[in-house]
Amino acid sequence: MNWLFEPGLFANQSVRTALLVGAVVAVVSGVVGIFTVLRGQSFAGHALTDVAMAGGAGAFLAGVAPLVGFVGGGVVGAGAMDVIGVQRVKGRDIATGVVLGAATGLAALFLYLSATQSAATGTTQLILFGSIFTVQSSTLPAVVALSAVVLATLAIIGRPLLLSSLNLELASARGVRLRAIGFVFMVILAVSVGLSAIIIGSILSTALLIGPPASALKLVTRFGAGVVLAVVLGVLATLLGIVLAYDSYYWTSSHRALPVSFFVVVVVVVEFTLASLVQRRRRSKAPVPARAAVHGDPIGWH
Amino acid sequence: MALAHMDVAGSELLRVEKVDVSIDGREILNDVNFRIDHGEFTGLIGANGSGKTTLFRVILGLQTPQRGEVTVHGEPLQRSNRSLGYVPQKVLFDPDMPIRARDLVALGIDGNRYGLTRRTRANHLAVDEMLFAVDAQEFADRKVGGLSGGEQQRVLIAHALVSRPELLLLDEPLANLDPGSVAEIIALLHKVATQQHVAIFLSAHEMNPLLPVMDRVVYVANGRVASGTTDEVVRPDVLSALYGHHVDVLRVHGRVLVVAGQDSDESSSVADHPELVVE
Ligand SMILES: Nc1ncnc2c1ncn2[C@@H]1O[C@H](COP(=O)(O)OP(=O)(O)O)[C@@H](O)[C@H]1O
Ligand SMILES: [Mg+2]
Repeated sequence: MNWLFEPGLFANQSVRTALLVGAVVAVVSGVVGIFTVLRGQSFAGHALTDVAMAGGAGAFLAGVAPLVGFVGGGVVGAGAMDVIGVQRVKGRDIATGVVLGAATGLAALFLYLSATQSAATGTTQLILFGSIFTVQSSTLPAVVALSAVVLATLAIIGRPLLLSSLNLELASARGVRLRAIGFVFMVILAVSVGLSAIIIGSILSTALLIGPPASALKLVTRFGAGVVLAVVLGVLATLLGIVLAYDSYYWTSSHRALPVSFFVVVVVVVEFTLASLVQRRRRSKAPVPARAAVHGDPIGWH
Repeated sequence: MALAHMDVAGSELLRVEKVDVSIDGREILNDVNFRIDHGEFTGLIGANGSGKTTLFRVILGLQTPQRGEVTVHGEPLQRSNRSLGYVPQKVLFDPDMPIRARDLVALGIDGNRYGLTRRTRANHLAVDEMLFAVDAQEFADRKVGGLSGGEQQRVLIAHALVSRPELLLLDEPLANLDPGSVAEIIALLHKVATQQHVAIFLSAHEMNPLLPVMDRVVYVANGRVASGTTDEVVRPDVLSALYGHHVDVLRVHGRVLVVAGQDSDESSSVADHPELVVE
Protein backbone atom coordinates (compact mmCIF):
# COMPACT_ATOMS: atom_id res chain seq x y z
CA MET A 1 0.00 0.00 0.00
CA ASN A 2 3.01 2.20 0.21
CA TRP A 3 2.66 3.29 -3.38
CA LEU A 4 -0.85 4.49 -2.60
CA PHE A 5 -0.44 5.90 0.86
CA GLU A 6 2.19 7.94 2.56
CA PRO A 7 5.11 5.77 3.61
CA GLY A 8 5.45 5.21 7.33
CA LEU A 9 1.74 4.57 7.84
CA PHE A 10 2.19 1.17 9.42
CA ALA A 11 5.29 2.13 11.36
CA ASN A 12 3.23 4.54 13.45
CA GLN A 13 2.32 2.99 16.81
CA SER A 14 -1.05 4.72 17.17
CA VAL A 15 -2.03 3.66 13.63
CA ARG A 16 -1.11 0.07 14.39
CA THR A 17 -3.19 0.13 17.58
CA ALA A 18 -6.04 1.75 15.69
CA LEU A 19 -6.00 -0.89 12.97
CA LEU A 20 -5.87 -3.72 15.49
CA VAL A 21 -8.67 -2.37 17.71
CA GLY A 22 -10.68 -1.47 14.62
CA ALA A 23 -10.41 -4.96 13.16
CA VAL A 24 -11.40 -6.68 16.41
CA VAL A 25 -14.36 -4.39 16.99
CA ALA A 26 -15.52 -4.72 13.38
CA VAL A 27 -15.59 -8.51 13.71
CA VAL A 28 -17.80 -8.27 16.80
CA SER A 29 -20.04 -5.66 15.18
CA GLY A 30 -20.53 -7.81 12.09
CA VAL A 31 -21.56 -10.92 14.01
CA VAL A 32 -23.79 -9.08 16.49
CA GLY A 33 -25.17 -6.95 13.66
CA ILE A 34 -26.42 -9.94 11.64
CA PHE A 35 -28.58 -11.03 14.56
CA THR A 36 -29.67 -7.45 15.20
CA VAL A 37 -30.90 -7.06 11.63
CA LEU A 38 -32.59 -10.47 11.57
CA ARG A 39 -34.33 -9.75 14.87
CA GLY A 40 -35.49 -6.36 13.66
CA GLN A 41 -33.74 -4.66 16.58
CA SER A 42 -31.91 -1.95 14.70
CA PHE A 43 -33.83 0.71 16.60
CA ALA A 44 -32.91 -0.87 19.93
CA GLY A 45 -29.30 -0.95 18.72
CA HIS A 46 -29.48 2.73 17.91
CA ALA A 47 -30.98 3.57 21.30
CA LEU A 48 -28.15 1.69 22.96
CA THR A 49 -25.63 3.84 21.09
CA ASP A 50 -27.25 6.88 22.68
CA VAL A 51 -26.99 5.27 26.08
CA ALA A 52 -23.36 4.51 25.31
CA MET A 53 -22.96 8.18 24.41
CA ALA A 54 -24.33 9.22 27.81
CA GLY A 55 -22.04 6.68 29.48
CA GLY A 56 -19.03 7.88 27.52
CA ALA A 57 -19.73 11.51 28.34
CA GLY A 58 -20.27 10.63 32.01
CA ALA A 59 -17.00 8.69 32.08
CA PHE A 60 -15.19 11.67 30.61
CA LEU A 61 -16.63 13.94 33.25
CA ALA A 62 -15.65 11.51 36.01
CA GLY A 63 -12.20 10.99 34.58
CA VAL A 64 -12.75 7.30 33.81
CA ALA A 65 -11.65 5.59 30.58
CA PRO A 66 -14.24 6.22 27.82
CA LEU A 67 -14.51 2.49 27.08
CA VAL A 68 -15.80 1.90 30.60
CA GLY A 69 -18.46 4.55 30.10
CA PHE A 70 -19.45 3.39 26.62
CA VAL A 71 -19.84 -0.27 27.58
CA GLY A 72 -21.14 0.33 31.10
CA GLY A 73 -23.71 2.83 29.87
CA GLY A 74 -24.91 0.45 27.19
CA VAL A 75 -25.37 -2.43 29.60
CA VAL A 76 -27.34 -0.25 32.03
CA GLY A 77 -29.46 0.90 29.07
CA ALA A 78 -30.13 -2.71 28.04
CA GLY A 79 -31.31 -3.44 31.59
CA ALA A 80 -33.56 -0.38 31.59
CA MET A 81 -35.09 -1.32 28.26
CA ASP A 82 -35.77 -4.83 29.52
CA VAL A 83 -37.47 -3.50 32.65
CA ILE A 84 -39.63 -1.09 30.67
CA GLY A 85 -40.70 -3.88 28.38
CA VAL A 86 -38.64 -4.04 25.22
CA GLN A 87 -39.39 -7.76 25.01
CA ARG A 88 -43.04 -7.38 24.26
CA VAL A 89 -43.63 -6.71 20.60
CA LYS A 90 -46.34 -4.28 21.58
CA GLY A 91 -44.70 -1.31 23.23
CA ARG A 92 -41.23 -2.34 22.16
CA ASP A 93 -40.59 0.85 20.23
CA ILE A 94 -41.98 2.87 23.11
CA ALA A 95 -39.60 1.30 25.63
CA THR A 96 -36.75 1.89 23.22
CA GLY A 97 -37.79 5.48 22.56
CA VAL A 98 -38.12 6.30 26.25
CA VAL A 99 -34.61 5.02 27.00
CA LEU A 100 -33.24 6.76 23.91
CA GLY A 101 -34.74 10.08 24.97
CA ALA A 102 -33.55 9.82 28.55
CA ALA A 103 -30.06 8.86 27.47
CA THR A 104 -29.75 11.66 24.95
CA GLY A 105 -30.84 14.16 27.59
CA LEU A 106 -28.23 12.87 30.01
CA ALA A 107 -25.60 12.97 27.30
CA ALA A 108 -26.48 16.58 26.54
CA LEU A 109 -26.01 17.46 30.21
CA PHE A 110 -22.71 15.59 30.56
CA LEU A 111 -21.30 17.02 27.37
CA TYR A 112 -22.31 20.52 28.39
CA LEU A 113 -20.71 20.11 31.79
CA SER A 114 -17.47 18.73 30.44
CA ALA A 115 -17.32 21.43 27.78
CA THR A 116 -17.77 24.20 30.33
CA GLN A 117 -15.79 22.72 33.23
CA SER A 118 -12.72 21.28 31.65
CA ALA A 119 -10.11 22.85 29.52
CA ALA A 120 -9.91 19.80 27.27
CA THR A 121 -11.19 20.56 23.82
CA GLY A 122 -12.89 18.16 21.48
CA THR A 123 -14.69 16.07 24.13
CA THR A 124 -17.96 16.30 22.30
CA GLN A 125 -16.29 15.39 19.03
CA LEU A 126 -14.60 12.40 20.68
CA ILE A 127 -17.71 11.06 22.38
CA LEU A 128 -20.02 11.54 19.42
CA PHE A 129 -17.72 10.66 16.57
CA GLY A 130 -14.92 8.64 18.13
CA SER A 131 -11.21 9.06 18.16
CA ILE A 132 -9.49 5.86 17.24
CA PHE A 133 -6.03 7.42 16.98
CA THR A 134 -6.14 8.41 20.65
CA VAL A 135 -6.89 4.85 21.82
CA GLN A 136 -4.04 3.75 24.06
CA SER A 137 -2.44 0.41 23.28
CA SER A 138 -3.17 -0.46 26.92
CA THR A 139 -6.88 -0.48 26.03
CA LEU A 140 -6.29 -3.33 23.62
CA PRO A 141 -6.48 -6.19 26.16
CA ALA A 142 -9.84 -4.92 27.47
CA VAL A 143 -11.20 -4.63 23.93
CA VAL A 144 -10.03 -8.12 23.04
CA ALA A 145 -11.39 -9.60 26.27
CA LEU A 146 -14.82 -8.00 25.85
CA SER A 147 -14.91 -9.08 22.21
CA ALA A 148 -14.03 -12.64 23.15
CA VAL A 149 -16.80 -12.74 25.77
CA VAL A 150 -19.35 -11.44 23.25
CA LEU A 151 -18.33 -13.93 20.56
CA ALA A 152 -18.22 -16.86 22.99
CA THR A 153 -21.67 -16.01 24.34
CA LEU A 154 -23.04 -15.80 20.81
CA ALA A 155 -21.50 -19.15 19.98
CA ILE A 156 -23.31 -20.64 22.96
CA ILE A 157 -26.75 -19.13 22.37
CA GLY A 158 -26.43 -18.92 18.57
CA ARG A 159 -28.87 -21.63 17.52
CA PRO A 160 -31.74 -20.80 19.89
CA LEU A 161 -31.15 -17.11 19.14
CA LEU A 162 -31.34 -17.77 15.40
CA LEU A 163 -34.51 -19.83 15.74
CA SER A 164 -36.14 -17.13 17.86
CA SER A 165 -35.06 -14.52 15.30
CA LEU A 166 -36.81 -16.55 12.60
CA ASN A 167 -40.04 -16.97 14.48
CA LEU A 168 -40.87 -16.55 18.16
CA GLU A 169 -43.60 -19.18 18.15
CA LEU A 170 -41.41 -21.85 16.57
CA ALA A 171 -38.70 -21.14 19.13
CA SER A 172 -40.95 -21.15 22.18
CA ALA A 173 -42.62 -24.36 21.05
CA ARG A 174 -39.13 -25.93 21.03
CA GLY A 175 -38.61 -24.79 24.62
CA VAL A 176 -36.37 -21.81 23.90
CA ARG A 177 -36.49 -19.32 26.80
CA LEU A 178 -37.33 -16.27 24.75
CA ARG A 179 -37.11 -13.75 27.55
CA ALA A 180 -33.78 -14.88 28.91
CA ILE A 181 -32.23 -15.20 25.49
CA GLY A 182 -33.62 -11.83 24.41
CA PHE A 183 -32.10 -10.15 27.46
CA VAL A 184 -28.71 -11.78 26.98
CA PHE A 185 -28.73 -10.58 23.39
CA MET A 186 -29.56 -7.00 24.44
CA VAL A 187 -26.55 -7.01 26.78
CA ILE A 188 -24.35 -8.38 23.99
CA LEU A 189 -25.69 -5.67 21.71
CA ALA A 190 -24.88 -3.01 24.31
CA VAL A 191 -21.31 -4.23 24.70
CA SER A 192 -20.82 -4.38 20.95
CA VAL A 193 -22.14 -0.88 20.44
CA GLY A 194 -19.97 0.40 23.29
CA LEU A 195 -16.93 -1.15 21.64
CA SER A 196 -17.58 0.40 18.27
CA ALA A 197 -18.19 3.77 19.93
CA ILE A 198 -14.45 4.03 20.57
CA ILE A 199 -13.75 3.78 16.85
CA ILE A 200 -16.43 5.71 15.09
CA GLY A 201 -18.12 7.31 18.07
CA SER A 202 -21.40 6.60 19.74
CA ILE A 203 -23.56 8.34 17.14
CA LEU A 204 -22.21 6.31 14.25
CA SER A 205 -21.97 2.91 15.98
CA THR A 206 -25.26 2.02 14.35
CA ALA A 207 -23.70 2.43 10.91
CA LEU A 208 -21.06 -0.20 11.65
CA LEU A 209 -23.58 -2.44 13.43
CA ILE A 210 -26.28 -2.40 10.75
CA GLY A 211 -24.52 -1.44 7.49
CA PRO A 212 -22.23 -4.42 6.79
CA PRO A 213 -24.79 -7.06 7.90
CA ALA A 214 -27.54 -5.40 5.85
CA SER A 215 -25.26 -5.46 2.78
CA ALA A 216 -24.27 -9.08 3.43
CA LEU A 217 -27.88 -10.21 3.78
CA LYS A 218 -28.59 -8.91 0.29
CA LEU A 219 -26.06 -11.30 -1.19
CA VAL A 220 -26.19 -14.62 0.67
CA THR A 221 -28.57 -17.56 0.99
CA ARG A 222 -26.92 -19.10 4.03
CA PHE A 223 -26.67 -17.77 7.54
CA GLY A 224 -23.03 -18.77 7.98
CA ALA A 225 -22.09 -17.05 4.74
CA GLY A 226 -23.94 -13.96 5.94
CA VAL A 227 -21.90 -13.84 9.14
CA VAL A 228 -18.61 -14.23 7.26
CA LEU A 229 -19.49 -11.61 4.65
CA ALA A 230 -20.73 -9.12 7.27
CA VAL A 231 -17.45 -9.50 9.14
CA VAL A 232 -15.40 -9.08 5.97
CA LEU A 233 -17.34 -5.98 4.91
CA GLY A 234 -17.17 -4.47 8.40
CA VAL A 235 -13.45 -5.07 8.79
CA LEU A 236 -12.83 -3.69 5.30
CA ALA A 237 -14.82 -0.52 6.04
CA THR A 238 -13.05 0.02 9.34
CA LEU A 239 -9.52 -0.56 8.10
CA LEU A 240 -10.05 1.44 4.91
CA GLY A 241 -11.63 4.21 6.95
CA ILE A 242 -8.66 4.39 9.30
CA VAL A 243 -6.11 4.33 6.50
CA LEU A 244 -7.95 6.95 4.46
CA ALA A 245 -8.37 9.22 7.47
CA TYR A 246 -4.67 8.97 8.25
CA ASP A 247 -3.82 9.58 4.63
CA SER A 248 -6.16 12.54 4.33
CA TYR A 249 -3.64 14.55 6.33
CA TYR A 250 -1.51 14.76 3.19
CA TRP A 251 -4.37 15.50 0.79
CA THR A 252 -4.42 19.25 1.25
CA SER A 253 -1.71 21.76 1.84
CA SER A 254 -3.38 22.82 5.08
CA HIS A 255 -2.67 19.31 6.51
CA ARG A 256 -5.92 18.68 8.29
CA ALA A 257 -6.81 15.01 8.71
CA LEU A 258 -10.49 14.24 8.23
CA PRO A 259 -12.30 12.07 10.82
CA VAL A 260 -12.12 8.27 10.68
CA SER A 261 -15.85 7.96 11.28
CA PHE A 262 -16.54 9.88 8.09
CA PHE A 263 -14.49 7.49 5.97
CA VAL A 264 -15.86 4.36 7.69
CA VAL A 265 -19.38 5.48 6.95
CA VAL A 266 -18.47 6.33 3.35
CA VAL A 267 -17.15 2.80 2.80
CA VAL A 268 -20.20 1.29 4.54
CA VAL A 269 -22.52 3.25 2.28
CA VAL A 270 -20.55 2.32 -0.85
CA GLU A 271 -20.70 -1.35 0.16
CA PHE A 272 -24.42 -1.13 0.73
CA THR A 273 -25.00 0.55 -2.62
CA LEU A 274 -22.95 -2.08 -4.45
CA ALA A 275 -24.75 -4.90 -2.63
CA SER A 276 -28.11 -3.41 -3.58
CA LEU A 277 -27.06 -3.14 -7.22
CA VAL A 278 -25.86 -6.75 -7.29
CA GLN A 279 -29.09 -7.89 -5.66
CA ARG A 280 -31.19 -5.97 -8.17
CA ARG A 281 -29.24 -7.40 -11.09
CA ARG A 282 -29.70 -10.92 -9.78
CA ARG A 283 -33.40 -10.42 -9.26
CA SER A 284 -33.94 -9.09 -12.75
CA LYS A 285 -31.98 -11.99 -14.24
CA ALA A 286 -33.79 -14.74 -12.35
CA PRO A 287 -37.50 -13.99 -12.31
CA VAL A 288 -39.09 -15.18 -9.10
CA PRO A 289 -41.47 -18.09 -9.75
CA ALA A 290 -45.11 -17.15 -9.39
CA ARG A 291 -46.11 -17.27 -5.76
CA ALA A 292 -49.18 -19.18 -4.73
CA ALA A 293 -51.93 -16.86 -3.64
CA VAL A 294 -51.18 -15.61 -0.15
CA HIS A 295 -54.26 -13.49 0.08
CA GLY A 296 -58.00 -14.04 -0.20
CA ASP A 297 -59.25 -17.40 0.90
CA PRO A 298 -62.02 -18.17 -1.57
CA ILE A 299 -64.23 -20.09 0.83
CA GLY A 300 -63.77 -18.95 4.38
CA TRP A 301 -63.27 -15.41 5.53
CA HIS A 302 -61.23 -13.79 8.19
CA MET B 1 -57.89 -43.36 8.30
CA ALA B 2 -56.07 -46.65 8.00
CA LEU B 3 -53.30 -47.21 10.47
CA ALA B 4 -50.34 -49.47 9.93
CA HIS B 5 -49.82 -49.99 13.65
CA MET B 6 -53.08 -51.23 15.02
CA ASP B 7 -51.48 -51.89 18.39
CA VAL B 8 -51.05 -48.21 19.14
CA ALA B 9 -54.23 -47.00 17.50
CA GLY B 10 -57.04 -46.27 19.88
CA SER B 11 -54.75 -45.73 22.86
CA GLU B 12 -54.69 -42.33 24.47
CA LEU B 13 -51.97 -39.87 23.49
CA LEU B 14 -53.25 -36.51 24.70
CA ARG B 15 -55.96 -35.62 27.15
CA VAL B 16 -57.34 -32.16 27.83
CA GLU B 17 -59.39 -32.14 30.99
CA LYS B 18 -61.66 -29.43 32.42
CA VAL B 19 -59.51 -26.66 31.02
CA ASP B 20 -60.50 -23.04 31.66
CA VAL B 21 -58.49 -20.17 30.21
CA SER B 22 -58.96 -16.46 30.86
CA ILE B 23 -56.75 -13.79 29.36
CA ASP B 24 -56.83 -10.30 30.88
CA GLY B 25 -59.90 -11.29 32.85
CA ARG B 26 -61.78 -12.40 29.75
CA GLU B 27 -62.86 -16.02 29.56
CA ILE B 28 -61.54 -17.61 26.38
CA LEU B 29 -62.06 -21.32 27.05
CA ASN B 30 -64.50 -22.85 29.49
CA ASP B 31 -64.45 -26.46 30.69
CA VAL B 32 -62.76 -27.92 27.64
CA ASN B 33 -62.49 -31.70 27.56
CA PHE B 34 -61.36 -34.06 24.82
CA ARG B 35 -58.74 -36.66 24.00
CA ILE B 36 -56.61 -37.51 21.03
CA ASP B 37 -55.51 -41.06 20.32
CA HIS B 38 -52.34 -42.31 18.67
CA GLY B 39 -52.26 -41.88 14.92
CA GLU B 40 -55.57 -40.05 14.63
CA PHE B 41 -56.31 -37.10 12.38
CA THR B 42 -58.30 -34.59 14.42
CA GLY B 43 -59.68 -31.30 13.17
CA LEU B 44 -60.01 -28.30 15.52
CA ILE B 45 -62.82 -26.33 13.96
CA GLY B 46 -63.96 -22.89 15.02
CA ALA B 47 -64.43 -19.34 13.80
CA ASN B 48 -61.72 -16.71 14.07
CA GLY B 49 -61.27 -15.65 17.66
CA SER B 50 -62.96 -18.78 19.04
CA GLY B 51 -59.81 -19.83 20.92
CA LYS B 52 -58.07 -22.36 18.64
CA THR B 53 -54.62 -20.80 18.96
CA THR B 54 -55.13 -20.39 22.70
CA LEU B 55 -55.94 -24.09 22.99
CA PHE B 56 -52.77 -25.02 21.10
CA ARG B 57 -50.74 -22.76 23.35
CA VAL B 58 -52.19 -24.52 26.39
CA ILE B 59 -51.28 -27.91 24.93
CA LEU B 60 -47.74 -26.69 24.23
CA GLY B 61 -47.37 -25.39 27.78
CA LEU B 62 -47.03 -21.80 26.60
CA GLN B 63 -50.29 -20.67 28.22
CA THR B 64 -51.16 -21.76 31.73
CA PRO B 65 -54.83 -22.59 32.18
CA GLN B 66 -56.67 -21.23 35.22
CA ARG B 67 -58.05 -24.67 35.84
CA GLY B 68 -57.77 -28.19 34.48
CA GLU B 69 -54.87 -30.05 33.00
CA VAL B 70 -53.32 -31.45 29.88
CA THR B 71 -51.63 -34.82 29.95
CA VAL B 72 -49.47 -36.52 27.34
CA HIS B 73 -49.33 -40.30 27.83
CA GLY B 74 -51.09 -39.68 31.11
CA GLU B 75 -48.21 -37.54 32.36
CA PRO B 76 -48.63 -33.86 33.15
CA LEU B 77 -47.40 -31.53 30.47
CA GLN B 78 -43.82 -30.30 30.32
CA ARG B 79 -42.35 -27.40 28.44
CA SER B 80 -40.61 -28.33 25.20
CA ASN B 81 -42.21 -31.72 25.08
CA ARG B 82 -40.46 -33.85 22.48
CA SER B 83 -43.71 -35.65 21.70
CA LEU B 84 -45.24 -32.50 20.24
CA GLY B 85 -44.46 -30.79 16.95
CA TYR B 86 -45.95 -27.39 16.14
CA VAL B 87 -46.62 -25.38 13.01
CA PRO B 88 -47.81 -21.94 14.16
CA GLN B 89 -50.37 -19.88 12.28
CA LYS B 90 -49.45 -17.18 9.78
CA VAL B 91 -45.75 -17.88 9.52
CA LEU B 92 -44.37 -16.22 6.43
CA PHE B 93 -40.61 -15.76 6.33
CA ASP B 94 -38.96 -12.60 5.14
CA PRO B 95 -37.49 -13.05 1.64
CA ASP B 96 -34.14 -11.76 2.91
CA MET B 97 -33.88 -14.29 5.74
CA PRO B 98 -30.65 -16.17 4.98
CA ILE B 99 -32.15 -19.54 5.82
CA ARG B 100 -32.59 -22.28 3.26
CA ALA B 101 -35.46 -24.73 3.50
CA ARG B 102 -32.93 -27.35 4.57
CA ASP B 103 -31.58 -25.10 7.37
CA LEU B 104 -35.05 -24.56 8.78
CA VAL B 105 -35.64 -28.31 8.90
CA ALA B 106 -32.26 -28.83 10.63
CA LEU B 107 -33.28 -26.26 13.27
CA GLY B 108 -36.15 -28.65 14.06
CA ILE B 109 -33.49 -31.00 15.43
CA ASP B 110 -31.08 -28.64 17.17
CA GLY B 111 -32.69 -25.17 17.19
CA ASN B 112 -33.09 -25.34 20.95
CA ARG B 113 -29.56 -26.59 21.70
CA TYR B 114 -26.86 -24.41 23.15
CA GLY B 115 -23.33 -24.41 21.84
CA LEU B 116 -21.85 -24.92 18.42
CA THR B 117 -22.26 -28.66 18.09
CA ARG B 118 -21.46 -29.96 14.65
CA ARG B 119 -24.33 -31.47 12.77
CA THR B 120 -23.80 -35.20 12.49
CA ARG B 121 -24.26 -37.32 9.39
CA ALA B 122 -27.33 -38.81 11.00
CA ASN B 123 -28.79 -35.32 11.36
CA HIS B 124 -28.17 -34.53 7.71
CA LEU B 125 -29.79 -37.81 6.71
CA ALA B 126 -32.80 -37.10 8.90
CA VAL B 127 -33.18 -33.69 7.27
CA ASP B 128 -32.94 -35.14 3.76
CA GLU B 129 -35.42 -37.85 4.60
CA MET B 130 -37.90 -35.30 5.95
CA LEU B 131 -37.48 -33.00 2.94
CA PHE B 132 -38.26 -36.04 0.78
CA ALA B 133 -41.30 -36.92 2.89
CA VAL B 134 -42.87 -33.50 2.35
CA ASP B 135 -41.77 -33.45 -1.29
CA ALA B 136 -39.51 -30.45 -0.82
CA GLN B 137 -36.18 -31.66 -2.24
CA GLU B 138 -36.70 -29.53 -5.31
CA PHE B 139 -36.44 -26.30 -3.33
CA ALA B 140 -34.39 -27.57 -0.38
CA ASP B 141 -31.50 -25.22 -1.13
CA ARG B 142 -33.55 -22.10 -1.78
CA LYS B 143 -34.26 -19.49 0.86
CA VAL B 144 -37.52 -20.26 2.69
CA GLY B 145 -38.62 -16.63 2.39
CA GLY B 146 -38.59 -16.90 -1.41
CA LEU B 147 -40.92 -19.90 -1.51
CA SER B 148 -44.66 -19.82 -2.07
CA GLY B 149 -47.03 -20.03 0.89
CA GLY B 150 -47.74 -23.71 0.23
CA GLU B 151 -44.04 -24.52 -0.12
CA GLN B 152 -43.20 -22.71 3.12
CA GLN B 153 -45.97 -24.68 4.80
CA ARG B 154 -44.40 -27.96 3.65
CA VAL B 155 -40.99 -26.92 4.98
CA LEU B 156 -42.57 -25.94 8.32
CA ILE B 157 -44.22 -29.36 8.50
CA ALA B 158 -40.82 -30.98 7.92
CA HIS B 159 -39.31 -28.72 10.61
CA ALA B 160 -41.96 -29.85 13.07
CA LEU B 161 -41.72 -33.55 12.16
CA VAL B 162 -37.97 -34.03 12.01
CA SER B 163 -37.72 -34.48 15.78
CA ARG B 164 -40.16 -37.40 15.40
CA PRO B 165 -43.05 -36.16 17.56
CA GLU B 166 -46.08 -38.36 18.20
CA LEU B 167 -48.49 -35.48 17.76
CA LEU B 168 -48.27 -32.68 15.23
CA LEU B 169 -50.24 -29.49 15.97
CA LEU B 170 -50.93 -27.31 12.95
CA ASP B 171 -52.56 -23.93 13.46
CA GLU B 172 -54.59 -22.89 10.41
CA PRO B 173 -52.11 -24.30 7.90
CA LEU B 174 -54.70 -24.00 5.13
CA ALA B 175 -55.60 -20.35 5.61
CA ASN B 176 -54.26 -18.09 2.86
CA LEU B 177 -53.58 -20.99 0.49
CA ASP B 178 -55.16 -21.37 -2.93
CA PRO B 179 -57.50 -24.39 -3.26
CA GLY B 180 -54.85 -26.41 -5.11
CA SER B 181 -52.32 -25.98 -2.31
CA VAL B 182 -54.99 -26.78 0.28
CA ALA B 183 -55.66 -30.17 -1.32
CA GLU B 184 -51.91 -30.75 -1.66
CA ILE B 185 -51.16 -30.04 2.00
CA ILE B 186 -54.03 -32.20 3.22
CA ALA B 187 -52.94 -35.12 1.04
CA LEU B 188 -49.38 -34.66 2.24
CA LEU B 189 -50.38 -34.62 5.91
CA HIS B 190 -52.51 -37.69 5.44
CA LYS B 191 -49.61 -39.52 3.79
CA VAL B 192 -46.98 -38.48 6.33
CA ALA B 193 -49.25 -39.23 9.27
CA THR B 194 -49.85 -42.72 8.00
CA GLN B 195 -46.22 -43.42 7.16
CA GLN B 196 -44.79 -42.04 10.39
CA HIS B 197 -47.64 -42.99 12.72
CA VAL B 198 -47.97 -39.44 13.91
CA ALA B 199 -51.28 -38.07 15.15
CA ILE B 200 -52.42 -34.81 13.62
CA PHE B 201 -54.37 -32.04 15.31
CA LEU B 202 -55.13 -29.34 12.76
CA SER B 203 -57.11 -26.15 13.24
CA ALA B 204 -59.22 -24.59 10.53
CA HIS B 205 -62.19 -22.29 10.26
CA GLU B 206 -63.48 -24.31 7.31
CA MET B 207 -64.00 -28.04 7.75
CA ASN B 208 -65.01 -29.15 4.27
CA PRO B 209 -61.53 -29.75 2.87
CA LEU B 210 -60.80 -31.93 5.91
CA LEU B 211 -63.90 -34.17 5.77
CA PRO B 212 -62.24 -36.98 3.78
CA VAL B 213 -59.30 -37.33 6.18
CA MET B 214 -60.63 -36.34 9.62
CA ASP B 215 -61.09 -39.19 12.09
CA ARG B 216 -62.46 -36.89 14.75
CA VAL B 217 -63.41 -33.29 15.19
CA VAL B 218 -63.10 -30.89 18.11
CA TYR B 219 -65.53 -28.07 17.46
CA VAL B 220 -65.03 -24.78 19.39
CA ALA B 221 -67.63 -22.09 19.84
CA ASN B 222 -68.48 -19.81 22.74
CA GLY B 223 -65.36 -20.98 24.59
CA ARG B 224 -66.66 -24.54 24.80
CA VAL B 225 -65.98 -27.59 22.68
CA ALA B 226 -67.86 -30.59 21.35
CA SER B 227 -65.74 -33.53 20.24
CA GLY B 228 -66.24 -36.85 18.51
CA THR B 229 -66.52 -38.15 14.97
CA THR B 230 -67.91 -35.68 12.45
CA ASP B 231 -71.20 -37.56 12.45
CA GLU B 232 -71.42 -37.25 16.21
CA VAL B 233 -70.54 -33.56 16.37
CA VAL B 234 -71.66 -31.87 13.20
CA ARG B 235 -75.37 -32.20 13.97
CA PRO B 236 -77.99 -29.51 14.52
CA ASP B 237 -78.69 -30.53 18.13
CA VAL B 238 -75.03 -30.67 19.23
CA LEU B 239 -73.99 -27.49 17.48
CA SER B 240 -77.12 -25.58 18.53
CA ALA B 241 -76.30 -26.44 22.14
CA LEU B 242 -72.73 -25.31 21.63
CA TYR B 243 -73.60 -22.03 19.93
CA GLY B 244 -76.46 -21.38 22.30
CA HIS B 245 -78.96 -20.80 19.52
CA HIS B 246 -80.42 -22.80 16.70
CA VAL B 247 -78.20 -23.74 13.77
CA ASP B 248 -78.92 -25.99 10.82
CA VAL B 249 -76.47 -28.45 9.34
CA LEU B 250 -76.91 -28.93 5.62
CA ARG B 251 -75.19 -31.58 3.57
CA VAL B 252 -74.94 -30.65 -0.07
CA HIS B 253 -72.84 -32.48 -2.67
CA GLY B 254 -70.65 -34.01 0.02
CA ARG B 255 -70.10 -30.64 1.66
CA VAL B 256 -71.28 -29.66 5.10
CA LEU B 257 -72.71 -26.23 5.69
CA VAL B 258 -73.43 -24.96 9.17
CA VAL B 259 -76.04 -22.28 8.80
CA ALA B 260 -77.65 -19.96 11.31
CA GLY B 261 -81.30 -20.90 11.67
CA GLN B 262 -84.16 -18.64 10.50
CA ASP B 263 -84.98 -17.68 14.06
CA SER B 264 -81.52 -16.49 14.96
CA ASP B 265 -80.21 -12.98 14.91
CA GLU B 266 -79.00 -12.58 11.33
CA SER B 267 -76.62 -9.77 12.12
CA SER B 268 -74.46 -11.90 14.37
CA SER B 269 -74.57 -15.02 12.23
CA VAL B 270 -71.61 -14.30 9.98
CA ALA B 271 -69.01 -13.99 12.70
CA ASP B 272 -70.30 -17.01 14.56
CA HIS B 273 -70.49 -19.50 11.75
CA PRO B 274 -67.31 -20.56 10.15
CA GLU B 275 -68.97 -22.84 7.67
CA LEU B 276 -71.47 -20.38 6.38
CA VAL B 277 -70.85 -20.00 2.68
CA VAL B 278 -71.80 -16.70 1.19
CA GLU B 279 -72.88 -17.36 -2.34
N1 LIG C 1 -52.34 -12.56 24.28
C1 LIG C 1 -53.64 -12.23 24.24
N2 LIG C 1 -54.07 -11.10 24.86
C2 LIG C 1 -55.36 -10.74 24.84
N3 LIG C 1 -56.32 -11.45 24.22
C3 LIG C 1 -55.97 -12.57 23.60
C4 LIG C 1 -54.62 -13.02 23.56
N4 LIG C 1 -54.57 -14.17 22.87
C5 LIG C 1 -55.82 -14.40 22.48
N5 LIG C 1 -56.67 -13.46 22.92
C6 LIG C 1 -58.11 -13.43 22.70
O1 LIG C 1 -58.58 -14.74 22.86
C7 LIG C 1 -59.57 -15.04 21.91
C8 LIG C 1 -59.21 -16.31 21.18
O2 LIG C 1 -58.08 -16.04 20.38
P1 LIG C 1 -57.38 -17.16 19.54
O3 LIG C 1 -57.05 -18.29 20.41
O4 LIG C 1 -56.25 -16.51 18.83
O5 LIG C 1 -58.52 -17.57 18.50
P2 LIG C 1 -58.40 -18.30 17.10
O6 LIG C 1 -57.05 -18.90 17.02
O7 LIG C 1 -59.48 -19.32 17.11
O8 LIG C 1 -58.65 -17.28 16.04
C9 LIG C 1 -59.70 -13.85 20.99
O9 LIG C 1 -60.83 -13.13 21.36
C10 LIG C 1 -58.45 -13.05 21.27
O10 LIG C 1 -58.72 -11.70 21.15
MG1 LIG D 1 -55.65 -18.56 15.66
